[in-house]
Amino acid sequence: MRRLLLKQNSPLPGFGLTLGFTTLYLSLIVLIPLSALFFKTSTMTWERFVEVAITSPRVIASYKLTFGASFIGACINAFFGFIVAWALARYVFPFKRIVDALVDLPFAMPTAVSGIALTAIYSKDGWVGRWLYRMGIESAFSPLGITIALTFIGLPFVVRTLQPAIEDLDAELEEAASSLGANRWQIFRRVILPTLVPPLLTGFALSFARALGEYGSVVFISGNKPFSTEISSLLIIMKLEEYDYAGATGIAVVMLLASFLMLLTVNILQWWAGRGYREAH
Amino acid sequence: MAAAVSLKYSSKQQGSMRDPRWVRITVLTLAIAFLGLFIALPLIAVFVEAFRRGVSAYFASFENSDVWAAIKLTLIVAAISVPLNTLFGIAAGWCIARFNFRGKNFLTSLIDLPFAVSPVISGLIFVLLFGAQGWFGPYFMRAHWYPMLDWHGFAESWWPLDYQWFRYKPQIIFAVPGIVIATLFITFPFVARELIPLMQEQGSDEEQAALMLGASGWTTFRRITLPKIRWALLYGVILCNARAMGEFGAVSVVSGHIRGRTNTVPLHVEILYNEYNFVAAFAVASLLAMLGIVTLVIKSVIEWKVARNDGD
Repeated sequence: MRRLLLKQNSPLPGFGLTLGFTTLYLSLIVLIPLSALFFKTSTMTWERFVEVAITSPRVIASYKLTFGASFIGACINAFFGFIVAWALARYVFPFKRIVDALVDLPFAMPTAVSGIALTAIYSKDGWVGRWLYRMGIESAFSPLGITIALTFIGLPFVVRTLQPAIEDLDAELEEAASSLGANRWQIFRRVILPTLVPPLLTGFALSFARALGEYGSVVFISGNKPFSTEISSLLIIMKLEEYDYAGATGIAVVMLLASFLMLLTVNILQWWAGRGYREAH
Repeated sequence: MAAAVSLKYSSKQQGSMRDPRWVRITVLTLAIAFLGLFIALPLIAVFVEAFRRGVSAYFASFENSDVWAAIKLTLIVAAISVPLNTLFGIAAGWCIARFNFRGKNFLTSLIDLPFAVSPVISGLIFVLLFGAQGWFGPYFMRAHWYPMLDWHGFAESWWPLDYQWFRYKPQIIFAVPGIVIATLFITFPFVARELIPLMQEQGSDEEQAALMLGASGWTTFRRITLPKIRWALLYGVILCNARAMGEFGAVSVVSGHIRGRTNTVPLHVEILYNEYNFVAAFAVASLLAMLGIVTLVIKSVIEWKVARNDGD
């Protein structure tokens, strides 16, 4: 195996053992189970697949809600994530280390906990929900609540892709632009922003992809009413509880392809950003 | 608030790179307000809701065998899945970062695959595999005429397993093995994706030197490689552990939700919440929130340590 696979010889031991274990474990835990999803789909006829996963009105309503709320959440994150990343990368302020660590809270906090906490805040007598209700805005158990949960869950992706990019910005470029007479706004728009577009889009796409599949933090705040506040992940679970495996699989394949597409976009974006970097160095 | 903040510059902020004062104040105010509203407030809400009826009600929430059964099950699931995925992460790091072989890039991208699969779909694939209509379903639903260990959970006694001489329908799905496998899938890439880039960057010169001097492969790994990767390893392990203990969507699909038997802590939070037992739900959730905080603290300490060592 060693001679067959290795491109260049290495004096280090353990190639066969570690590669063998890696591929075996990968196959058992990831590849075989995932292939079950596509195998199950392939046993359906195309008409049946279209019927359960594409044309059913309830499923379409869930797609619209999931994609719409995820998109808005990712947009909010792109805007505020940029501001947070800028502040963390460029300014010095008290408790900065704590603020920096807090950004990762949505990663570290179990989604069910975030879900019930957000519901408590945005429900009718919650800290924020109370004020929104007084203004006539229903936040929990509405698409707005779903968007809030998806914003919460996606924020770290934008901040953590932008922050290193802002820190790596070439100071000389800004100084050069300044010495050529550009004002601060021109420097930001013409020099800084173009370099930050690829990481910003990457963060946006990651945040969007994560939101598409999110379940735990949304299911409590969404209200789960069919046709109005039922996200696709929840619909998969509903179908499973009704033993409608074909229906659940159909929706799952559509959602999975959507998130693969997003990650492909991310890879292309990173290649794009890397190309600019390679040309500059 | 921001006006009171002394706005010093970091070392990089000089000359033309300075933002005007009003920009700094606006950006910082917006950033802090957004983080406060969206991130800090939910965290605070967990503890406020948990202590809403006072300290005694908070602790009374834990005087319940189902809660402890859920805690123990969560610990067991993490104790199985974290070491297995750590072992995998080290093996993957060793073969991918130390050798140049055909299909390496393909293998590396396959490792990240579980991150692209949403929690509910991760659970679904195991239902499709082991459920009654699944690939291996019929096999596991058949009678087995050999001794089997049967999980009855921690609710009744300290020992969760029953020993039976024969048993029908050994279960994967809606039982503990399903929870473990789904958790393994969800937390699969965590350690590997921390180790692979670091080990690639570090290279293998020191290992080669150790081998040349006559050290065995195992000694080389233990004495040379392990110290070099320990912080990244710890980083991966704590993230893997946080996810293993906190996973909700995937586990929810495969668990069966049997109180005291197949309920993990996040699932128990859901049950309590849906029963309108809010204080107990938030009290149990506060345990998970503390796990999250501890994870963040350890993570920050590691990042700080690594950054300081790099500066030397």
